[in-house]
Amino acid sequence: MEGKDIQVQEKKEVDTQGELTQEGPFFVPNIDIFEDDSNIVLLADMPGVSTDNIDIRIEDGQLRIQGKVSKEAPGEYVLSEYSIGDYFSNFALSTAIDQSGIQASMKNGVLRVVLPKSDKSTPKKITITSN
Amino acid sequence: MFPKRFIDFPDWNVGNPFLDFERMRRDMNRLAEGFRSGLPSFSTAGVFPLTNVTEDNNNYYVRAELPGMNTEDIEISATDSSLSISGQRIIPEEGDHVRYHRREREAGKFSRMISLPGSVDTDKVEASFMDGILKIVLPKSEAIKPKQIEVK
Repeated sequence: MEGKDIQVQEKKEVDTQGELTQEGPFFVPNIDIFEDDSNIVLLADMPGVSTDNIDIRIEDGQLRIQGKVSKEAPGEYVLSEYSIGDYFSNFALSTAIDQSGIQASMKNGVLRVVLPKSDKSTPKKITITSN
Repeated sequence: MFPKRFIDFPDWNVGNPFLDFERMRRDMNRLAEGFRSGLPSFSTAGVFPLTNVTEDNNNYYVRAELPGMNTEDIEISATDSSLSISGQRIIPEEGDHVRYHRREREAGKFSRMISLPGSVDTDKVEASFMDGILKIVLPKSEAIKPKQIEVK
């Protein structure tokens, strides 16, 4: 990993079935998801989204993340390589997550959501006893 | 066994043909805007980070998206007519016991040079970094600033 150059990634637009109720593009953030023994952690790159402009909600077993971005730029465009739009992402939550314990934080445009596994889904080490 | 199906996208798999048209329309607009300003803004240099540049009478404004980076990992230098942005994006290790389900966020080095349309006053260049967006304000040199001539 060390010394590798970052490649340019085009932003991915959200594919929706329904009509969008808002003008302009919606983007899917780049996401890392990993789990350890007690949590599932989700990291999402959402540059331009401040803590006040992020909306995370759980609805019908879905975790929805929406981030608003200011589209304003001073003056007139000379060069436009990336488009600006809000972020949207949607995840189906399994029942193995303790929904009341979900925590989220935002730093430098990266959202971190920690989803604790509920007790029943935490793997238990079973000791084998021999007679 | 822990259910691994935490992630799936039931809602977003079916493409919407009208959305594709919408996308095409927007791309065409971007292309047309590029022609108007005399710059091929539609094409990108293909070098990280992608940048947007705007200008008004006094300044050029350069923006780049660098989520998860820290100020000390970004290096900026400016000459009379160019700007260089380089650095390294480090994604911290999350421990030995983690298992990744998805990994889209990239780490690595980057270095990029942007040539500016006109000369700038390098002493007064200012940069700020907030919410993962780098903003650089480059004041135009007096020589290229448009001057309003009053009609008496």
